Amino acid sequence: MTLLPALTEQARTAAHPRPGTASCGCGTAALADRPDATVVRHADTVAKAHAPGTDPAHLALRVATAARLPDILLPPLTPDAVPLHDRLVTFWPYGAPVDPDDPDAAPWEAAATLLARLHAGAPPAGLPPMRGPAKAARALARLHAALRTAPDERTHPVVLRAWAALPPWARGEAPMPGPPALCHGDLHLGQLVRHPAPEGRWLLIDVDDLGLGVPAWDLARPAAWYACGLLPPDEWTRFLTAYQRAGGPAVPADGDPWSVLDIPARALTVQTAALAIVRALAAHRPLDEVEQALIDACARMTAP
Amino acid sequence: MQCPKCHAPMHTYNRNGIQIEQCSGCRGIFLDYGELEALTRLESQWSQPGPPPPAAPQAYPAAPAAPAWGAPHGGGHHGGGHGHYGHHRHKSFGHMLFSS
Repeated sequence: MTLLPALTEQARTAAHPRPGTASCGCGTAALADRPDATVVRHADTVAKAHAPGTDPAHLALRVATAARLPDILLPPLTPDAVPLHDRLVTFWPYGAPVDPDDPDAAPWEAAATLLARLHAGAPPAGLPPMRGPAKAARALARLHAALRTAPDERTHPVVLRAWAALPPWARGEAPMPGPPALCHGDLHLGQLVRHPAPEGRWLLIDVDDLGLGVPAWDLARPAAWYACGLLPPDEWTRFLTAYQRAGGPAVPADGDPWSVLDIPARALTVQTAALAIVRALAAHRPLDEVEQALIDACARMTAP
Repeated sequence: MQCPKCHAPMHTYNRNGIQIEQCSGCRGIFLDYGELEALTRLESQWSQPGPPPPAAPQAYPAAPAAPAWGAPHGGGHHGGGHGHYGHHRHKSFGHMLFSS
């Protein structure tokens, strides 16, 4: 049995722990099926198969952190991951996501407030580093791999230059500076759900990249979108001021937030630009206007 | 806007509430009406701490601060601009909002 049907079976069993309900009429849906994560929903139960090679001890610490902070992170249904094929599977309650067709309804204030509370708490001991810089480095590795089969690609030199201009910690090559805070590590609008669905409070999901590090990284994706001219100024202002009002420690309460946002936002711009080139090459299509805006920002980072 | 000297594109920055246009080519700086006075006022506050003078009425809402490598923002006080938001959210950006 391949992973998806096996995971579906696991989700069904977790949703109906008593035997005799094998032929239930509940709906099943694959919420994600990517190389790094397969996620299946059955009734109100979600089963997630984590990326191949996930460290079981690190995953256990990250899931335990979610269980300890149920007002910020969606708490797991069970504390332990179970092996399935070569993957580790965790179980979660279903939460209603942000409507991808209506990003104007994005809960910027809720996202900012959850991050402020996550960052302000005492960081749990023993947690591994937040994986933001490691993910940026992986995006650059994917770009290098894609370029081997497409040597004529023309936009990548500015992306590589912008990457090289980042300090080693932002490239995942050195420990992160400053006092460590508990960070989400991969914030975007797909990382928020309302629980219980559909009208419950907003919570953060996906603990795979959770860990200790520079909290400004969690603000840096919206910051990068704003800097690249993609996110309107009013939405960026709503997000930033909600974070500051909630006492978030990543940026100064007043004054220039870019003193701390600059490096993480540059890293996430480069990461997003690298993945945009990889996707465009795979689809044999040119970069679109939005993707080009990222490349242009990379070019300005190292302009003389 | 374009630089009046070398015609390279000018980028808008916001520093302490003052909009500054800097040329991406010759790095020359363009100040709007009243901005030199605003800078002078900030400088005098720096050298002589005291009660700040009442702020001049602002003709345009100040855009939030942005980094030097940021895009020229359409929401800035020149209108127009090159922001990619505008009338509707680009489909590709809609996807980007939800992906790692």
